[in-house]
Amino acid sequence: MIQFLSFLISGISLGSVYAIIALGYSMVYGIAKMLNFAHGDVIMIGAYIAFCTVQYLHLPPLVAVLAAVVVCTVLGILIEGLAYKPLRQASSLAVLITAIGMSYLLQNVALLIWGANPKSFPSVISLGTLSLFDGRLRITSETFVTILANIVIMIALTLFTNRTKMGKAMRCVSEDKGAAELMGVNVNSTISMTFAIGSALAAVAGVLLCSSYPTLMPTTGAMPGIKAFTAAVFGGIGSIPGALIGGLLLGVIEILGRAYISTELSDAIVFAVLIVVLLVKPTGLLGKPTHEKV
Amino acid sequence: MRKNKRNFLNNAVTYGMVIVAFLLCELAISGLIGGFKMSRSLKGQLVPICVYVVMAVSLNLTVGFSGELSLGHAGFMSVGAFSGVLISQWLGSAFPDIPSLARVIAALVSGGIFAGIAGILIGIPVLRLRGDYLAIVTLAFGEIIRNLINCMYFSLDGKSLHFGFNNPNLAGKLVINGPMGATGVNRLASFEVGFVLVLFTLFVVMNLVNSRSGRAIMAARDNRIAAEAMGINVTKYKMIAFVTSAVLAGMAGALYGLNFANTAAAKFKFDTSILVLVFVVLGGIGSIRGSIIAAALLTILPEVLREFGDYRMLVYAIVLIAVMIATNSPLLGNLFNRIRPHRMKPGKEAGKA
Amino acid sequence: MTQQQKKKFNADTRMVPVPSQAIVPERDINEQPVLVASHLGIEFGGLKAVDDFNMIIGKTEIAGLIGPNGAGKTTVFNLLTKVYQPTSGSVLVNGKDTAGMNTVQANKLGLARTFQNIRLFSNMTVEENVRIGLHNQVSYGLMTGIFRLPGYWKGEKKQHEMALDLLSLFDMQKMADVKAGSLPYGAQRRLEIVRALATHPSLLLLDEPAAGMNPHETEELMENIIKIRDQFQIAVLLIEHDMNLVMGICEGICVLNYGRVIAKGTAEEIQRNPVVIEAYLGKQSAEEEAQG
Repeated sequence: MIQFLSFLISGISLGSVYAIIALGYSMVYGIAKMLNFAHGDVIMIGAYIAFCTVQYLHLPPLVAVLAAVVVCTVLGILIEGLAYKPLRQASSLAVLITAIGMSYLLQNVALLIWGANPKSFPSVISLGTLSLFDGRLRITSETFVTILANIVIMIALTLFTNRTKMGKAMRCVSEDKGAAELMGVNVNSTISMTFAIGSALAAVAGVLLCSSYPTLMPTTGAMPGIKAFTAAVFGGIGSIPGALIGGLLLGVIEILGRAYISTELSDAIVFAVLIVVLLVKPTGLLGKPTHEKV
Repeated sequence: MRKNKRNFLNNAVTYGMVIVAFLLCELAISGLIGGFKMSRSLKGQLVPICVYVVMAVSLNLTVGFSGELSLGHAGFMSVGAFSGVLISQWLGSAFPDIPSLARVIAALVSGGIFAGIAGILIGIPVLRLRGDYLAIVTLAFGEIIRNLINCMYFSLDGKSLHFGFNNPNLAGKLVINGPMGATGVNRLASFEVGFVLVLFTLFVVMNLVNSRSGRAIMAARDNRIAAEAMGINVTKYKMIAFVTSAVLAGMAGALYGLNFANTAAAKFKFDTSILVLVFVVLGGIGSIRGSIIAAALLTILPEVLREFGDYRMLVYAIVLIAVMIATNSPLLGNLFNRIRPHRMKPGKEAGKA
Repeated sequence: MTQQQKKKFNADTRMVPVPSQAIVPERDINEQPVLVASHLGIEFGGLKAVDDFNMIIGKTEIAGLIGPNGAGKTTVFNLLTKVYQPTSGSVLVNGKDTAGMNTVQANKLGLARTFQNIRLFSNMTVEENVRIGLHNQVSYGLMTGIFRLPGYWKGEKKQHEMALDLLSLFDMQKMADVKAGSLPYGAQRRLEIVRALATHPSLLLLDEPAAGMNPHETEELMENIIKIRDQFQIAVLLIEHDMNLVMGICEGICVLNYGRVIAKGTAEEIQRNPVVIEAYLGKQSAEEEAQG
């Protein structure tokens, strides 16, 4: 029972990371209607930046997180401006391929700068471990901070999209780009802003992910990226609570599947659950059904 | 009927292009082209080129003609590869006298059949979904297939075949070894077989597209509601396109598996699906000739870029992004149109008629 | 259409009542009705878009469905062709109940339609569009197509001939190789009708066939609709805002407002009906009309 609880907690922790990444995917998808496959690699860049700040510059962890966030935000805006903006009118497939190209680009830049050997990521959050039930249930500070960060980000983002002018502009653009433009919303800057927020979140997620799973390689972001995307679809892409629920469920299913069913098949289980959910609810758990007008 | 003639000409050019390219390669291999000798690494790329051409053309059937974005095409390739290898190895072990060409054909056929079965099983749930949701589920299935193959062990003991799930302790010699994939395979694939497979693929896809079923597939893509109102069973025709595409990918996979002594299961992960999708999009969605050219060029490109050393994949990525922006941005598009000779617009014909 | 033709046409269309208040042309009274819709209705989230819709269409009747914008006319088409599943009521096509059927099955049963916002396969040629309509009329198998068996050549030839034949109805044979999307608007509407006819329907549903056409084209369309009816011996149900067209060729007219049928009858009856005038022009105008 206690063992189950400990798996559940690490599942929620992993799920929190997925949820934060999924948010970035979901927001960008909602507004630019594109699958930003480079998102996972922004996570990896964020983690490397934090790694360098701590390892080589010997700065405190908080500064490292801040540096990662700043670099990734700028990176996100740059990627959008250089690669995606010229393709605003292009087919979604062309944008998808460009995003894939961007993903290769980021991975190979990282490969050239930091090399292919995995780096051992120093935990930026080491505050000790909470032991319960005579040490049978141990919760690390990383787990705490991850879950906490997830909650804070979710609340902040919900407030942002519902209360602020920029947030409302984002919702307008995601609903109808043309109409938003006619109403005086600056679509281009709104899209840039979305990429900035998404990338900043990716940076946070990168640091959190590597604090719990401390191997850092140029391909570190790829699989969590795909899984977070799955989580976003799972919960209903374009929805903030959907990303949260999708991420958490995915993380818990993955950890429990790995623990109780099979280590090799944990990914297969995650994807199988996704398929079942989509077959029952074709637009995800919280997605709104779309009707084509005849 | 004019349209038929145009189609015929178009297809003839495509076949011709492939045949000429094949002959040129054969000449270069035998050193008959003065001053040009095909390098060893380039020669090693010939079968993979055929494999990727088949993959790209078959994926184009799903993405281009049926209009469904599939991100799991490598899954069918892997089903084809491992089933093909298994059959070929089993035939070799059970009937030592059998000619190797028969083993290759058996491998291709069984690769196609097994991938086709996988295509039917996956297509039934997948084709109920639309758009990006369909894409993510094909991705999921691709990953599930890879995960399952990671856990599969097959061994050969004379004529008998043993199977273990997550259990490598089998009697005889392991043929499919879990994550290690196919091991100790007799390399039976040849450029000539690859060439024939490419021709077969072109034959199937181009004939399908220019037939009653092909028109139904494209009608379902262009306007699902109108197609249904015209009595076309959209799901059936999407299924036909999806399964045909899977069968061809399976055959390509079988050829791929027979080209290497060892093929790891990880070879067929998500990246490979994406790679093939890149061929299709760069070659032009719905353009078969484009798929062939893009697949061939982009398979060689990393080899050509070898002199860039570590920067090879970086250059590849930049080229990819640059080409996508160049061909799709409205600014450069206008420029292209101005350079290109003006074609007779169909609208003008309509005005005259 | 000349005045004389119109008179002649009107002369042989006496409308006679059939059960449930519907009327069909006298010549169809001994034939099975092509369409019997009874108590048809659909709700979208509590809102009754169409409620208690009843209609009978005779075998060779040209019927009209009119009503103000948003009255639910296209929704009726969608219910008949099973794009939406009705939440109540039933539809019989040639005597067969369509309950539980989908659009494809409804088409095979004899319902073919055009769309208000044109839905052609715009990247295909005109001929290919018609061939899509012929899909179930001239058929050969998948393998026959891939391996170019004799059936393929026979089928393709037959499809080609039938397509040109159908296109000649609207004098469109010359455009056979033109991309459908590049046709002028009026021609696109005509092509949609040809494509629907190709599916060999017994009831042709036309959703605003004259929208965007000039008066001359509309006149031609009226003649052609009658020609199609006479030549193919089928029934036509059309939604249209052009009252000249509706009053000119429709034998029976049904008026819809807020999802409910408010009037049924011949052109003259509908024109005189105060409820219809009120629905179209508002209450005050209706009163003025009555006084004046």
